[in-house]
Amino acid sequence: MINKLKSKDLIGTKDLSLEEILLILDTAESMKEISSRDIKKVPALRGKTIINLFYESSTRTRTSFEIAGKRLSADVVNISVSTSSVVKGETLKDTAKNLEAMNPDAVVIRHSSSGAPDFISKILRCSVINAGDGAHEHPTQALLDLFTIREKLVLRGAKELKGLKVSIIGDITHSRVARSNIYAMNKMGMDVTVSGPSTLIPVDIEKMGVKVFTDVKKAIEGADVIIMLRIQLERQEKGLFPSIREYSRLFGLNTEKLKNAKEDVIIMHPGPMNRGVEISADVADGQYSLILDQVTNGVAVRMAILHLLTGGT
Amino acid sequence: MNTRIMNADEVNRAITRIAHEVLEKNKGARDLVIVGIRTRGVFIAERLAVKIKEIEGEAIPVGIIDITLYRDDIKSSPSKHIVKKTEIPFSITDKKVVLVDDVLYTGRSIRAAIDGLIDFGRPANIQLAVLIDRGHRELPIRADFVGKNIPTAHDESVKVMLKEEDGVDKVTVISDQ
Repeated sequence: MINKLKSKDLIGTKDLSLEEILLILDTAESMKEISSRDIKKVPALRGKTIINLFYESSTRTRTSFEIAGKRLSADVVNISVSTSSVVKGETLKDTAKNLEAMNPDAVVIRHSSSGAPDFISKILRCSVINAGDGAHEHPTQALLDLFTIREKLVLRGAKELKGLKVSIIGDITHSRVARSNIYAMNKMGMDVTVSGPSTLIPVDIEKMGVKVFTDVKKAIEGADVIIMLRIQLERQEKGLFPSIREYSRLFGLNTEKLKNAKEDVIIMHPGPMNRGVEISADVADGQYSLILDQVTNGVAVRMAILHLLTGGT
Repeated sequence: MNTRIMNADEVNRAITRIAHEVLEKNKGARDLVIVGIRTRGVFIAERLAVKIKEIEGEAIPVGIIDITLYRDDIKSSPSKHIVKKTEIPFSITDKKVVLVDDVLYTGRSIRAAIDGLIDFGRPANIQLAVLIDRGHRELPIRADFVGKNIPTAHDESVKVMLKEEDGVDKVTVISDQ
């Protein structure tokens, strides 16, 4: 059994081995208990500095990383780009080098350009964690999704995730969550299906090892897990689908469509949700929804990753 | 060279004696809880609880503490420790906590475990029970209950094997020479 991650960085689930994914999930399981204590803090990362560098807006992910770092006693610094030198025209490379000069132990970065985390990870000696880059990857989201599925199924007595059927529904083309989940779930031996309007499903996505259904009913039938993706309203302006109402009717998850699903199906959403568009309110708040468990587990998974990358060595 | 210090019977007798001593010192099992330090301290803790139940007829809560996130020696240790779960599903506030480990050596693990325990509440007191005390303390810590004192050299190591983890109960001293 391995006890550390190979790379100093976490750029994508594509680069992780099955053993590394399991190490992160197992470590997260131990971390989760800390958040349930009266004193929600352990000294593991005392004296470490973590910088949150977010070039895109985010509430959940940034807060989750901040809480994760603080529960491990690290000092967490948030840089929001709208108030930083970036608006004065500083390049990503210069920003990264300037941050490095202050000797942090990890930089958590979200950027609208795919490849930005990889780019700075080659410049920086410290760990770089991808908190979402363009339409590339969002590895911590995929790992917390796996954690949430595993936690639920272990309660039901399942031993492993292998063979589970997962349907990811929505804008697959622009979704870094979908890509990170597909890589990670394939490694776990899960059976992934994607579904959505054909204008929002990449050509040749079957080569990633997934099945494609443009009929959502077929994607829902027999799925153990359904992951709904946020539909970005600006995609409609670009003409990728005719109207929000039509999208909602054809691809939105509601009680009616759920009738085709397994009795004990799990429903997840990476947030932020468009209630009434890709998911109806009664499904989002219903008994099958694990959407808030995902948020709780996100802290544990990020604690595990921060500890594995910056703890100890 | 390996020297066997304790066999299965001796391990069993030592744990039985510690159970009696714990009850004697605390005048019974009232407000007593046991917390074992991962990995082998947990098995000794569980055995102590069974013995105490046999003697007093009272079941006492047993918790598990993982000290990885509280260690001060991770930098110098060659391999990373995998973080395991801490499970203390009961309140320790105002309880008498018997902390249990297999070997007491530098005292640094115990320091880490005490720091961890304090995060869970304010116990009435914390007592320490160990199967082996091998000396060479680096912190002002001593055990309240000791299975066996074994004088050792720094370059020797003490190996405690327990049925639950290793299939056999045995204590050996391993020296490099």
